[in-house]
Amino acid sequence: MIGLHKSTMKNPVIRWIDSRMPIFSMMQNEYGAFPTPRNFNYFWNFGALAMVMLMIMIITGVLLAMNYTPRADLAFDSVQRIMRDVNYGWMIRYIHQNGGSMFFIVVYIHIFRGLYYGSYKYPRELLWMTGVILLLVMMATAFMGYVLPWGQMSYWGATVITNLFSAIPLVGQSIVTWLWGGFSVDNPTLQRFFSLHYLLPFIIVGVVFLHVVALHITGSNNPLGIEPKGPQDTIPFHPYYTIKDSFGLCVFLTLYAAIVFFAPNYLGDPNNFIPANPLQTPADIVPEWYFLPFYAILRSVPDKLGGVVLMFGSILVLFVIPWLDTSPVRSARFRPLYRPFIFVLVASVIVLGMVGAHHPEGIWVILGRVGTAYYFLHFLVIMPLFGVIERPLPLPESISRPVLRPPGAGGGPLPGGATAKPMDKA
Amino acid sequence: MRRAVISAALAALLAAGVATAARAQDETPKLPRERWSFSGPFGALDLAAAQRGFQVYNDVCAACHSMNLLHYRDLSGIGLTEEQIKAVAASKTYDIIGDDGQPTTRPGTPADVFKAPYPNEKAAAASFGGSYPPDQSVLVNAREGGPDYIYAILTGYTDPPPGFKLAEGLYYNEYFPGHQIHMPQPLHDDQVTYADGTKATVDQMSHDLTTFLYWTANPEEVQRKQIGWRMVLFFGMMAGLTYAWKRQMWSGLH
Repeated sequence: MIGLHKSTMKNPVIRWIDSRMPIFSMMQNEYGAFPTPRNFNYFWNFGALAMVMLMIMIITGVLLAMNYTPRADLAFDSVQRIMRDVNYGWMIRYIHQNGGSMFFIVVYIHIFRGLYYGSYKYPRELLWMTGVILLLVMMATAFMGYVLPWGQMSYWGATVITNLFSAIPLVGQSIVTWLWGGFSVDNPTLQRFFSLHYLLPFIIVGVVFLHVVALHITGSNNPLGIEPKGPQDTIPFHPYYTIKDSFGLCVFLTLYAAIVFFAPNYLGDPNNFIPANPLQTPADIVPEWYFLPFYAILRSVPDKLGGVVLMFGSILVLFVIPWLDTSPVRSARFRPLYRPFIFVLVASVIVLGMVGAHHPEGIWVILGRVGTAYYFLHFLVIMPLFGVIERPLPLPESISRPVLRPPGAGGGPLPGGATAKPMDKA
Repeated sequence: MRRAVISAALAALLAAGVATAARAQDETPKLPRERWSFSGPFGALDLAAAQRGFQVYNDVCAACHSMNLLHYRDLSGIGLTEEQIKAVAASKTYDIIGDDGQPTTRPGTPADVFKAPYPNEKAAAASFGGSYPPDQSVLVNAREGGPDYIYAILTGYTDPPPGFKLAEGLYYNEYFPGHQIHMPQPLHDDQVTYADGTKATVDQMSHDLTTFLYWTANPEEVQRKQIGWRMVLFFGMMAGLTYAWKRQMWSGLH
């Protein structure tokens, strides 16, 4: 057996393959027996949901590409043809179109989970950073996808966003021309965006693979933010979390189906039902809802270059928060001083989202600036400072200890018999 | 975790309060909210109204507005029979290049796109002082307010208020942004004669036409909602089952 993997698979055919290419052992170790903290709450469903969304988007996207024509004079009508003349084309398209929104909802909750429970801290820095890369690539993919139907908002959104690069000193305008493949958003832009929109999801798949590899080295964080101390703190991923994820997935798909089938255009913009017209600018150019907070940050700075820098900075700052956060405690549950400020951060992002949807005038300008200021203040000042001045609450001894502690019992070591009680019916 | 949820809810409330306080004043009046047969998750298209609406479109709107995304065959979606569709299509004449290479004409067939009144947008714009009548295929989806807006425009023609300066060749409409619209009032009482004897008031015709235009923009809607109920019920049921299964499985954990 020299040179072969020692496979424990029972089926001889599977064992034959597994000893030469141990993918079955890998699946067994990484998804079957993988020891996972036993105390996940439902926030831990969203990683799996994001994975499912990625697959749904790729499958529906490939089907759409079979019927879509990436040419400026045909794109709009070809999308409508998918809606009308392709069998169940409307379903495929509405699943894909609303899938973008659902994907962002899932990913934003996933990111909130990471922020709240300190999942970005040692030893999971690279896991977090690959996640930020995923967010960036996903945003680029979503932006280019929105251009493809070639409606008014597609066209003018593409014009506004690509024009941001013109703020770069000296070479800005050349870069924009290079991006466009011409002197305005036109057919070459549409064709390359289509090509890239098809390519980037597979880059996402690759980075997701890295994300999962990193996850399986460090193991998952958990709501207590303390590492498992032994087998009593963990349970195998399968079947306990596969079934829990399945339940979460069914709830998620119920909501997703409700949007796709009952209000498929609720999150869209009416202007995108008007074919792109380079000679007529819509009254309001607004991006899709998931970009609104970043759009608000962009517009809250009176200087174009400054706005662009802050907008990209608002994502890039996420790369370094493993080092900006100085607190040794992961979970915000045990950080009384810091905890309320995470919710202020959420509120500021929601306010920024609303600011992004309105004309930058009156109260919206002020709100936009306050929101932007708080966003950066949170990461650049509150995170480093609070880790030093805050006195965190005492951490539990282990994951299984608080779970097993009978209600009413105080701290301190429990008598040996008590720990043997089952945790169910709690 | 409950406290986290409460805090998040408070944050959302705060955000919503800010939005209400900052809502800008709108100069056009609020759209009247009509009752539509197709609205809501149980909505189904009123076929009789949609057919009357097609008559209004065919007799009135089609004189100026194109509908390039619709084929006559699609009319089976509002309940027209094959013969009716053939008859409607055959009443149109299409310019083609004949087998001898010379321009000629032929009657329309169910496979044809709705006959457009102008050969192209420029020709249409030239006839209307530079502003062309928009294609009506997805017009309902392309306007904020959807069917309510279309209905409001159709019924919103009034005399301008005293002191309002109306530009040459424009018309006053209460619900049009800026109130000055290129389209003269398109519908007048008894403009069409409905085959089913319904009285053709402006209100009735506007309602029927909007129903038709809603269908042209969303022809899949009825089927979509039917499938939607099955999907939502299926996944909801699966959620219940997997939850029970999960409870049972986790109860074995010590």
